[in-house]
Amino acid sequence: MITIATAVDVAALKDTTLLNMGIFGLFVAVTMVIVFRASRNNKTAADYYAAGRSFTGSQNGTAIAGDYLSAASFLGITGAIAINGYDGFMYSIGFLVAWLVALLLVAELLRNTGKFTMADVLSFRLRQRPVRIAAAISTLAVCFFYLLAQMAGAGSLISLLLGISDWGGQALVIIVVGALMIMYVLIGGMKGTTWVQIIKAILLIAGAAVMTMWVLAIYGFNLSALLGGAVETANNPAVLNPGLQYGKSETSKLDFMSLGLALVLGTAALPHVLMRFYTVPTAKEARKSVVWSIWLIGLFYLFTLVLGYGAAALVGADTIKSAPGGVNAAAPLLAFHLGGPLLLGFISAVAFATILAVVAGLTITAAASFAHDIYANVIAKGKADAATEVRVARRTVVVIGILAILGGILANGQNVAFLVALAFAVAASANLPTIIYSLFWRRFTTQGAVWSMYGGLGAAIILIIFSPVVSGGATSMIKDAHFAIFPLSNPGIVSIPLAFFLGWLGTVLDKNREDPAKQAEMEVRSLTGVGAEKAVDH
Amino acid sequence: MGNDAQSPDAAASVDFEQVQSTEQFQELRKRHRSFVFPMAVAFLLWYFAYVLLADYAVEFMSTKVWGNINIGLILGLLQFVSTFAITGWYVSYSNRKLDPIASEIRNEIEGHEFDKHGNRVGGANK
Repeated sequence: MITIATAVDVAALKDTTLLNMGIFGLFVAVTMVIVFRASRNNKTAADYYAAGRSFTGSQNGTAIAGDYLSAASFLGITGAIAINGYDGFMYSIGFLVAWLVALLLVAELLRNTGKFTMADVLSFRLRQRPVRIAAAISTLAVCFFYLLAQMAGAGSLISLLLGISDWGGQALVIIVVGALMIMYVLIGGMKGTTWVQIIKAILLIAGAAVMTMWVLAIYGFNLSALLGGAVETANNPAVLNPGLQYGKSETSKLDFMSLGLALVLGTAALPHVLMRFYTVPTAKEARKSVVWSIWLIGLFYLFTLVLGYGAAALVGADTIKSAPGGVNAAAPLLAFHLGGPLLLGFISAVAFATILAVVAGLTITAAASFAHDIYANVIAKGKADAATEVRVARRTVVVIGILAILGGILANGQNVAFLVALAFAVAASANLPTIIYSLFWRRFTTQGAVWSMYGGLGAAIILIIFSPVVSGGATSMIKDAHFAIFPLSNPGIVSIPLAFFLGWLGTVLDKNREDPAKQAEMEVRSLTGVGAEKAVDH
Repeated sequence: MGNDAQSPDAAASVDFEQVQSTEQFQELRKRHRSFVFPMAVAFLLWYFAYVLLADYAVEFMSTKVWGNINIGLILGLLQFVSTFAITGWYVSYSNRKLDPIASEIRNEIEGHEFDKHGNRVGGANK
């Protein structure tokens, strides 16, 4: 039964704006109440940053899935598959396989050694000050790139719901949405956002499951027929094959490799994901949460394959590209096609909650990193009290939020999954080598850590600035300027190996040796969990 | 709290170098590494083989196997399968081979150094 698909009437969307927004508003109000209720118990720094370490593995696993299944996964991947076919599927695979790096090499060891932030672990056996500052700076940079993608996604989504297609209107939407999100974080802290993550992860996965079943039902539960439908609508059999987006030239093929590398190595170095391992009481619970989230995330990415090809078949790439919100509008448009304004309202609300919760998690991470690592440990030299530290964290939230809003306005219109892949590249370059070396290489020194972090971070950011993402292309942030001297849009293939190399070089050239007692302590703690912080009772 | 990276905790007075040099700990370390390293290499190789095929062997990946389902899609879905399988394998390995020995070491350290309320008693190690 191949009944093909009249294109979605985007104009009809405007008639239902009120209904969309009604459902949407209700949802936002409900989550706000939850955040308020959950935050009443925020007393200590451990409460604010690590939710009192009181979550169970499965709760935390769901929250990790919530953190991870951001707008990039839902809006971005669906859009990428809808438009670029098989090449978009690469995101799903990379984002999932990457969890094995986190599970096998990082999660438990990290939970056993640290307290609040990534820097706690990295500076454990190295010299505190330089390593802490470097780790905090790279945390801030990664969070900024990730936030910018979420803000761009929020802009796309609300613009579609409200039918706003001019640039100024969309910029205004991003500002309002961004401000709302900052409010959430200021009030909620980690516990509030963890609950939002859990609820949203369940709704998102359930919503995607319903849409997946619906799409499959239209094609008689025959994946091959669905793919055939996508080919027919696109009028191009190549949507099923690799290379539609990245197969054009040798450079673009290299770009695909670079993307693949950044995706698989980025996850285990994302500061906001790492921070989630601290919200559970033990390493065993940390392992449980990763396993739980791998199942949820894997399931969800299987859905994105159907949703992406479903959008390609039922909505059509041309309609998606010309809709307000562009490529990121594929999933909401598919919802509208399937279930009319009701499903669109629900799916958009879930997508918005997704963005909201992820933004909250990111800003908390960035704020914790600044307040805990730079302010408390470096500026106040460990003499700041907890109340001051939390106050500094809240101010940081505001600053980071404003920067992300500005970045989001510039990045508006780019695929969210693509933007997040940049954050992955920055994370994998700046953080992963130091995390791996300090956990597994006895000889690793402060100089190696500092070289690797600044080298990786600097290389990644400089290469992004001089890439087609920022200037020179049709979808660049600055369209009229041409300083794209680096041909690849993802820097990973250069910056990640460079950072690993610098970590090694800095270490072998370092005349100082680190304290072997500290190394022993870190190794014993990381593997056995001796003395790891326990849950806070309330 | 929260303003000192390594505030005193339950294990502040342990001689970790001594623990590190015990046979028991070396065994734990060996078991951990001999599982996670080869496994990490294996799944990364399999993942990059897949990425390279998708990138440079487009024709092969586009070969249709059943209806519109091609080799590329099947290999992609196999990445999901292998990820789930490795996850399950690691969990069962940790439960059987790592957790018992890790908690043994943890109990030994805490038993020697601490009284039954979990407070520090000695700390004469250093």
